[in-house]
Amino acid sequence: MSNLLALAGVNTHIGHYHILQGVDFVVPRGGLTVLLGRNGAGKTTCLRTIMGLWKASAGRIEFDGSDIARRSTPAVAQLGIGYVPESMGIFAGLAVRENLALAARSGPLDAQRLEWIFGFFPALKKFWNLPAGHLSGGQKQMLAIARAIIEPRKLLLIDEPTKGLAPAIIAHMVEAFRELKRTDTTILLVEQNFNFARALGDTVAVMDSGRVVHTGSMTTLAEDQAEQQKLLGLSLDLHQ
Amino acid sequence: MSDDALRVPRIDRIPLALIPAIALLALALIPSLPTWVTLTVAGLAMGMMIFIMASGLTLVFGLMDVMNFAHGAFITIGAFVATSVLIPLAGWTQADSLWMNLAAILPAILAAMAVAGALGLVFERVIIMPVYGQHLKQILITMGGLIVAEQSIHVIWGPDIIPLPKPATLRGSFIFGDIAIEKYRVVAVIVGLAVFAAMFLLLNRTRIGLLIRAGVEDSEMVESLGYRIRRVFVGVFVAGSALAGLGGVMWALYQETVSSAMGMQVMILIFIVIIIGGLGSVGGCFIGALLVGLVANYVGFLAPKIALGSNILLMVLILLWRPQGLYPVAKR
Repeated sequence: MSNLLALAGVNTHIGHYHILQGVDFVVPRGGLTVLLGRNGAGKTTCLRTIMGLWKASAGRIEFDGSDIARRSTPAVAQLGIGYVPESMGIFAGLAVRENLALAARSGPLDAQRLEWIFGFFPALKKFWNLPAGHLSGGQKQMLAIARAIIEPRKLLLIDEPTKGLAPAIIAHMVEAFRELKRTDTTILLVEQNFNFARALGDTVAVMDSGRVVHTGSMTTLAEDQAEQQKLLGLSLDLHQ
Repeated sequence: MSDDALRVPRIDRIPLALIPAIALLALALIPSLPTWVTLTVAGLAMGMMIFIMASGLTLVFGLMDVMNFAHGAFITIGAFVATSVLIPLAGWTQADSLWMNLAAILPAILAAMAVAGALGLVFERVIIMPVYGQHLKQILITMGGLIVAEQSIHVIWGPDIIPLPKPATLRGSFIFGDIAIEKYRVVAVIVGLAVFAAMFLLLNRTRIGLLIRAGVEDSEMVESLGYRIRRVFVGVFVAGSALAGLGGVMWALYQETVSSAMGMQVMILIFIVIIIGGLGSVGGCFIGALLVGLVANYVGFLAPKIALGSNILLMVLILLWRPQGLYPVAKR
């Protein structure tokens, strides 16, 4: 399987702080890669650096064969990368319909794709004309993900989609991501909920102190309690 | 979620109700109906002109998070450019023909908006762009820009106040029994409503409007969706400057004089309006401008000694009630 995204020696500074200190990992095409790590390990910074929201001070970010490390955020997005930030980034004053219409850059909303999205996020159809600020936390997360996939994307960067969500909604999210995986979309997921990550992940990269300290298959890591203890300081079964 | 949540939330009508409430309160305090009508129309006209001047600034603040104290310079420049067009066409403006008056005024307005817009473009590229995200520097450099603009006007047009008579057909009043309503004030109300309607349609019915509203909330996310928000910034800044130019023409004709300090003077009212309305909210700016116009006129008549401070008092009262303004914009 070829790699859609490859980071090599990526460094990011925010003010005087040296956050990413030579990050190396790859995201295989068509799969779901989970980026794990303790709070402050640099996972969110990594996604923001790929999106160009923070500029890499050194290193290469290769997407689909070209280096995107120096490109602007809109240019990165236009290559076919969808981004769901940790804050979800929904436009609270805009209706659900308007949030999705804005994300459909190439023109009007595709009715068939919209029905496909409504299939796993039915709440969005129900609240179509409601300002997004009135949705519940889970519905906002659904909207944020729906917005990222309203048009076919080559790569989705998703930052902690289950954060603060109820277990029933997380189970619903797992189903939605499985449906998404059936398409050819490649996904890079930052996640703290290990059950969620294990249910979906094909490959895994573990970060610590601004570096990637482990890469491999999710199945292997999920079965190796000692490695989990070593990499994350606790058993991932408890880390949910 | 309950069925109530399924309903599209209505517009918050309480701030809207403030306008008739203040007008009715004034009606109870002002003994003469003709005087009340005159003051109300004067207040609405003043409010509309302030709205035209302020609407661009509130969008610039909401979208770009830029505190542009030099906005007043675009108002002044607009007024002076229009004066330069209208003085040679004095024969047309003083003729008793509406068409000849319009033939003079329309090019004057277009020239004022074009020059103010072009100046806005240069200003954004040269002065504002290097200080994005740095509020203290924005205040200092835009205040400096305002001073430079004022002094440049002295050099080009001289330091004296220039008289600018209203066109002949816009002088005088419409008379309804005992009630006299100045024609120019009616025109100001119509132009203000037209500008508000155009902005409302642009913001709510077009894709660029959707982009602007989203950008006011979270410009970073708009960029993450693949839009070059900085181009929208520039467009809004230029449009806001051009509207300030239009407002400058209308204000100058209302006052019938043009001076290099007029922009600076009206900026105080503009800041009050955009703070009352909620920074970044065009609807709030509209309601805020009408409130300021009405209160200034009513208090000026009822208690002239406190007229100067009346709008500050209005701002304080509104902020005590709604600290984020009448229509706060949800920002990330």
